Amino acid sequence: MTTSAEPYTEVVQRDFGGLGRTVVHEGELLRHPTYTRFLHWTVAIFFFAALLSGLAIYSPWTFRWLAPLFGGGPMARLLHPWFGVAFAIAWFLQFLNWRGLMAWTEADTRWLREIKRYIKNDDKVEPEYVGFYNGGQKLQFWEIAFGGLVLLITGLLMWFPETTGRIAVAISYVLHDIAALIMLGGIFIHIYLSTFGQPGTFQAMTRGIVSRAWAWTHHPAWYREITGRDARADYEEARRRLANRKRAIEAFEEGEVVPNPDRLPTDFPRR
Amino acid sequence: MATERTLQILQISGHVGTVPGGGMQRELEVCKLVDVTTCIGCKACEVACVEWNKYPFRETTFDNTYQTMPSTEWNYWNLIKFNEHQREDGTLMWLMRKDQCMHCADPGCLRACPADGAIVQYTNGIVDFNQENCIGCQYCVSGCPFNIPKFNSSTKTVFKCTLCSDRVGAGLEPACIKACPTGCLHFGTKSEMKDLAEARATQLREQSGFADAGVYDPSSIGGTHVIYVLHDAKHPELYGGLPADPQIPFSYTYWKWLAKPAGLVIALLGLLALFFHYIFTGPRRPQPEPNEEEI
Repeated sequence: MTTSAEPYTEVVQRDFGGLGRTVVHEGELLRHPTYTRFLHWTVAIFFFAALLSGLAIYSPWTFRWLAPLFGGGPMARLLHPWFGVAFAIAWFLQFLNWRGLMAWTEADTRWLREIKRYIKNDDKVEPEYVGFYNGGQKLQFWEIAFGGLVLLITGLLMWFPETTGRIAVAISYVLHDIAALIMLGGIFIHIYLSTFGQPGTFQAMTRGIVSRAWAWTHHPAWYREITGRDARADYEEARRRLANRKRAIEAFEEGEVVPNPDRLPTDFPRR
Repeated sequence: MATERTLQILQISGHVGTVPGGGMQRELEVCKLVDVTTCIGCKACEVACVEWNKYPFRETTFDNTYQTMPSTEWNYWNLIKFNEHQREDGTLMWLMRKDQCMHCADPGCLRACPADGAIVQYTNGIVDFNQENCIGCQYCVSGCPFNIPKFNSSTKTVFKCTLCSDRVGAGLEPACIKACPTGCLHFGTKSEMKDLAEARATQLREQSGFADAGVYDPSSIGGTHVIYVLHDAKHPELYGGLPADPQIPFSYTYWKWLAKPAGLVIALLGLLALFFHYIFTGPRRPQPEPNEEEI
């Protein structure tokens, strides 16, 4: 590393009352502070606890094998509403944390109109108007907000059938299922896009950072906002540098240039 | 409950696979006939029920009627419901009806139940709860049109009348039948009881001046294995809220058996669609990619 051309910089962010630590290296951007990450994973844990225990009750014919994970049928039934309550609390905090960022804007409507291009992966980089969250992410947020509210209300009604009555339970039963199924579909898309679908995304929720290239590829308006630079121009610049670098390597391999060995990057082929 | 050897199982709640013993033996459907016109409200059946099932004699609730308590409880499965009814001509009728599980041919409790083996229906028509398999969700409470299953908050399981499946399985009549001093309670096969009930209803219509007398055996749930002879079969609600047209909520019929599995299939197809999205369009990496074509 001593031969690296640029000095190696890192920024350590202390947040979440000094408990959290986010390290941003050169070429990276802070995406999610510790508090957001903590809430995200708390919500995720209780979401899946409620989902898996709920599936065991939703469809015993196909998912009865999930009940033993929670200590059997009666225990799954006993825990499920408490998982739901914990999910609702954690999600409410995340809702407060994110609601400003998730406000629907003109750009989101434009994004949604062009969703076909997004699905078909037609563009190398996103349109310049896509901010911190794109329209799809905001849809996911509001779907969980409204779905979660439906789950909470219907869940409470089903929790105390003696006071709410059999018809309230029978109606809640259906609404609870529909909300859960929609959120199940949403979570499939969410997990796919944040892992296999868009490599480089997952670390945003673990280390809290993303690469600059990730930012100008997926959220150009956000990139411009925090770096003050033009996403498209930086992307083109990166392409040029990549091409120049390739040309330099080729020239070196053909013996046309003899670089200063002290200033060679470590991954540069040696003679 | 009786063992599976003495009673053949017809259907099991939340069950995967075949039903053991279904349709293997010749069996008659049993039926309890309650002739409310000859009930004197002595509550011997209530006592016999508590005695046979070995429940403690619990506290009663006085609410200005002769009723022992407002409704059946988890350990009090048999309750005479009293109603002082004033007829149009000003005369008073004191209606008494023995309230307990109706043992429906199409049981809403069993349809609603998500726990494997918590509710079984025997081929003789008895619908029985197995508390060791109950998960305490109380969907059965919501599925029942007669407000019968009752939750025990300490065991977190649900209880109701078994139609004395343990006695019936051993060739005895239910405890309440045995205790009845007036003969208003009868027990036998469904067809015998239906004939007896119709004969009694005809007698009431033709000889006792009850023009609307009839048999309560609601077809909306495929009939029941407890049937009533009522003076006024056109207004069963008068008899402690007996529903004229008992229904199982659509949540436990169409939704549970059709829409619910369909929803799951759609969710799984969605998962498959995402997989093929990856195969078709590939991942979306931060740009530019290292091996990108030169500009």
